Amino acid sequence: MEVSDLKTVFQTHDGVIHAVNGISFSLDEGELLAVVGESGSGKSVAMMSLMQLLPMPPARIASGRVMFQNQDLVKLSSSGIRHVRGARIGFVFQDPMTSLNPVFTVGYQIMEPLREHMGLNRKQARQRAIELLEIVGIPAASKRIDDYPHQFSGGMRQRVVIAIALACDPKVLIADEPTTALDVTVQAQILELVRDLRQKLGMAIIWITHDLGVAAGIADRVIVMYGGLVVEHAPVQELFANPQHPYTRALLDSLPGRHTADERLRSIGGQPPLLLAEPSSCPFAPRCTHAFDRCRQQNPRLMNVEGRHEVACWWDPETRGPRDVG
Amino acid sequence: MSVELAEHPINQPASPAPLVRVEDLLMHFPVYKGILRRQIGAVKAVDGLTFDIRKGETLGLVGESGCGKSTTGRALLRLYRATGGRILFEGKDIAALDGEPLRRMRPRMQMIFQDPQASLNPRMTVGSIIAEPLIEHGVYKGEARKAKVRELLDAVGLNPDYVNRYPHEFSGGQRQRIGIARALALDPDFIVCDEPIAALDVSIQAQVVNLLKDLQKKLGLTYLFISHDLSMVKHIADRVAVMYLGKMVELADVATLFAVPKHPYTKALLSAVPVPDPQVEATRKRIILKGDIPDPANPPVGCKFCTRCPEAIERCFVEEPVWREVDPGRHVACHRV
Ligand SMILES: Nc1ncnc2c1ncn2[C@@H]1O[C@H](COP(=O)(O)OP(=O)(O)OP(=O)(O)O)[C@@H](O)[C@H]1O
Ligand SMILES: Nc1ncnc2c1ncn2[C@@H]1O[C@H](COP(=O)(O)OP(=O)(O)OP(=O)(O)O)[C@@H](O)[C@H]1O
Ligand code: SF4
Ligand SMILES: [Mg+2]
Ligand SMILES: [Mg+2]
Repeated sequence: MEVSDLKTVFQTHDGVIHAVNGISFSLDEGELLAVVGESGSGKSVAMMSLMQLLPMPPARIASGRVMFQNQDLVKLSSSGIRHVRGARIGFVFQDPMTSLNPVFTVGYQIMEPLREHMGLNRKQARQRAIELLEIVGIPAASKRIDDYPHQFSGGMRQRVVIAIALACDPKVLIADEPTTALDVTVQAQILELVRDLRQKLGMAIIWITHDLGVAAGIADRVIVMYGGLVVEHAPVQELFANPQHPYTRALLDSLPGRHTADERLRSIGGQPPLLLAEPSSCPFAPRCTHAFDRCRQQNPRLMNVEGRHEVACWWDPETRGPRDVG
Repeated sequence: MSVELAEHPINQPASPAPLVRVEDLLMHFPVYKGILRRQIGAVKAVDGLTFDIRKGETLGLVGESGCGKSTTGRALLRLYRATGGRILFEGKDIAALDGEPLRRMRPRMQMIFQDPQASLNPRMTVGSIIAEPLIEHGVYKGEARKAKVRELLDAVGLNPDYVNRYPHEFSGGQRQRIGIARALALDPDFIVCDEPIAALDVSIQAQVVNLLKDLQKKLGLTYLFISHDLSMVKHIADRVAVMYLGKMVELADVATLFAVPKHPYTKALLSAVPVPDPQVEATRKRIILKGDIPDPANPPVGCKFCTRCPEAIERCFVEEPVWREVDPGRHVACHRV
């Protein structure tokens, strides 16, 4: 999948909200790409835009291309995108109850896409649904298939949602904070399941999280978002070992345990941007301890640092001065 | 020349007196069924806790959702009437207090809530939100009250000129500061912080945690710090208590607990915390628990953790382990320890 210059805006009575301001990234076959950033940075809106999952209006995709298997997903009709959603790209929302219908059994909800997109008959679909529940670790799957969502615990429900997303063997799975609402021990179960599924099924995954620890544990590459922009992007080891953007660096610094000698945590002052206009300067500049004139005049584009490491910033942590970009 | 050592008692530092002592605390909620609302059982949300909170310390309280952390905090503050047990506040049992004597205790114990949005009345100005407890308890009147409110805003790092603004005009981190200012209004000794940073962004969490630490140092506050976030608990707490299904399973000072957890649940919990370092994540051993958290209305017999415990033996399924001090200052409830 190749995303270029994606922009999404919301028309509200207080004006236009520029939620996603021209982001580009690619997703390789079989890789796990983590998307991190604080609340309101545009993670969910960006990924929901890819799949046309936002209510339009108020949302509008102002520009961009999303190339997937030689098709531009942005240009697809609503029936075209529905087929992609059901069969080739799976989506897992943060709250499992938004993807589960309380009045149908979980079995019915897994079987529906199998029958619609894979042309299985009732019996085959039921067989496959039991297999899927087993794959995601639901004990006694053949009995539980006829239970309703409320009969499952939070962690179990999230497994069911993953089973639905996996039903048609998608090439891509997009998961929006799928473990944020869960307990750490249950989160650990789900993360282990994902590691296991990747080996077995080999699909590519986009995993949205605000937990840098989760990203460190499962990602191949990481995208850092701020103010509706990608501000940094790197392979996971590289990002944690050699963070370039002042926001990424401050975020890592604010975590307890990274500076064991410090009594006090290092916090980031100020507030995230309001997104009322397209950024014409660096969106992080008002909170950035390294900002200088250029940052307030010109929004930096993503620049290559080395290998697959990119950063959108005028400041260079190596020289602790302006980045040499001409 | 030889010195007689044995004659002299070893000079141990006196352990600080407890501010709160909890003895066999029970908090059961009745479960009703049918149109006649017949009681059919009880959720044993808190089922026999014995521990101390020392003056001036931060006691961290961790455990999974529904294990009884908030109920414990609320019972200590006497927002509930405990089903059983004693709560000694500076030696005085407040578990059975009522009416005026209870009202007189209240200012000394306060709470900071998880959701700064929900805990502040949206129609009241920040000034009147903070002044409310002062009015309720009839302390600081007129100009003195106004001055106190400004002083409180200043203490939590908010501009005192914000008194006439409304909660929605503030960010999440600022709203949590308002909640803290309100909790401080009556000069409490003891504050239960129930997930005070869970609703905040990572970059804002650090500000609030720093503030709580500064205030503790300045005002000599004692905290019960309830949190899901073990890395933050490790940072802020002096000692940590781990709960599972209404029981405490382990209590130790923070360094010991994180270095050598003894209870199998503590071990699993610590091993499940994601570490923001890909190198560590790639090589560490995790204990992945099997199965689900049991229904608190219908807990397993024997040890409450036996259904998921990787180390369980036969005895664990029949006999409940007792809460005992295994090393000085360290309590565990497990047959295998
Ligand atoms: N329906 C909507 N109408 C107007 N603005 C919206 C709408 N949905 C989202 N936004 C705005 O778009 C921006 C990006 O939101 P988004 O949900 O993508 O953030 P996020 O990074 O996923 O945050 P979180 O971590 O809180 O989930 C926010 O400023 C949000 O207020
Ligand atoms: N007022 C109440 N009436 C009945 N049951 C209750 C009440 N309050 C709590 N419970 C039950 O008691 C148990 C403990 O709840 P409590 O809120 O103390 O858990 P917690 O550890 O704070 O969980 P979380 O991490 O989700 O906040 C739960 O099973 C809950 O459903
Ligand atoms: S571009 Fe400037 S303001 Fe923006 S992050 Fe880099 S140094 Fe800071
Ligand atoms: Mg989101
Ligand atoms: Mg709670």
